[in-house]
Amino acid sequence: MKITVKVWRQANSQAKGGFKTYQLDHVSTDMSFLEMFDVLNAQLIRKGEDPIAFDHDCREGICGMCSMVINGRPHGPLQTTTCQLHMRTFKDGDTITVEPWRANAFPVLKDLVVDRTAFDRIQQSGGYVSVNTGGVPDANEIPIPKKVADEAFDAATCIGCGACVAACKNASAMLFVGAKVSQYALLPQGKPERKERAERMVAQMDAEGFGACTNTRACEAECPKGIKITNIARLNREYLGAVFTSYEVETGGGGE
Amino acid sequence: MKWFIDLLTSSLGRKLLMALSGLFLIVFLAVHLAGNLQLLKHDGGESFNLYARFMTSNPLIKTVSYVNYFLILLHIFIAAFLTRKNKSARGPVGYEVTNKSSRWASRNMGILGTIVLIFLVIHMRDFWAQMHWGDQVQMISYDGTAQVKDLYAHVYMWFHKGWYVALYVVCMGFLAFHLLHGFTSAFQTLGLNHAKYNPVINFVGRAFAILVPAAFALIPLSIYLNS
Repeated sequence: MKITVKVWRQANSQAKGGFKTYQLDHVSTDMSFLEMFDVLNAQLIRKGEDPIAFDHDCREGICGMCSMVINGRPHGPLQTTTCQLHMRTFKDGDTITVEPWRANAFPVLKDLVVDRTAFDRIQQSGGYVSVNTGGVPDANEIPIPKKVADEAFDAATCIGCGACVAACKNASAMLFVGAKVSQYALLPQGKPERKERAERMVAQMDAEGFGACTNTRACEAECPKGIKITNIARLNREYLGAVFTSYEVETGGGGE
Repeated sequence: MKWFIDLLTSSLGRKLLMALSGLFLIVFLAVHLAGNLQLLKHDGGESFNLYARFMTSNPLIKTVSYVNYFLILLHIFIAAFLTRKNKSARGPVGYEVTNKSSRWASRNMGILGTIVLIFLVIHMRDFWAQMHWGDQVQMISYDGTAQVKDLYAHVYMWFHKGWYVALYVVCMGFLAFHLLHGFTSAFQTLGLNHAKYNPVINFVGRAFAILVPAAFALIPLSIYLNS
């Protein structure tokens, strides 16, 4: 099939970018979207042009690297990652517009590659549990209801790809932060740091310059892992509960 | 105190203020509608005018109305602030192709709110300000009562103007869309998202968003059509 791609080209984070149009004449319907880009890049390299920079890693839908907005939707028309999107989704003769994630907190580094370390910093601010790693505990030593475990697991399937931010008209990161807060808040292992976690992650999210949630649910519609906005509601509960009740214990220290 | 300032300056804290002020204004709308429905009573305006006097003189009601004015202003200012912040969060370059994977009303609350605000200014200039300080409202006396302002006749004067009724009805349409998203959105922001109660919140939210503005619009329409 013949495909025309209109791609955002930008030399570096400071440069002014713009769209360039490329023609591909022999695209197989079995190709993934990224493989189509590989073919296009091989074509560009043969012509001595600079290949299009785009992020990719696992190509099996779990690393969350392949960030591109395809025809106005993060990861394209299907609710999946770009690597799992195949060219059969498009029609012969289609023109496809490909843009990088657009958010102040995700600056464009080159072409379609954005810097998503803002997510890492949010995660580092509280998305962990401090545990003493001793021996392996017995199975079912800590009873967790199946439904709660499932809910926590669903939240933990977030791959931090940033599609929620890209889809949101406010470039809000609340679905990501909601998922990360939820996966720990639901489980007993996450309880000790529960309140500080919510406060710190929200503070970091705001500091990174992400927008606020308007409950449009665009994030939920685009999330390749199907993370639900119930996680944003839980984030709101966790945060508001934490703000009003955290640090209720005065620690005096000892030995002075 | 720092924690409280942190709350009010955080994105979630500001959303909380939007939700709480919005829910208060929703309750206010219901009360306001109940009062307005007395305009349709064929008693020469007695019950409506006595109600209007009560609402402008009772100390408790007056206190609540000051809270109401404050929350309207708060809702507007935080909305303006959040909208600006949200716009800038997108960054200097927007999308060439934009996605439509969300409801129109949810993406345009700022525009809808601005239209409702413009309506509110017109509405308060013609009725609220006239009732309080204006000279257009005549006095009337009913059996056994002192003289009261005849707001009823003043409202009828306005609602006999076709263009004014049309403006009123159209603005109620915009209010309906604002409520359609706002009602359920407020609950989500407060963290009240629960499989057991979501159907109730969604149903009541939708019913409120349609019925209340429709009933508000019905009053000028019926006055105009019966004139």
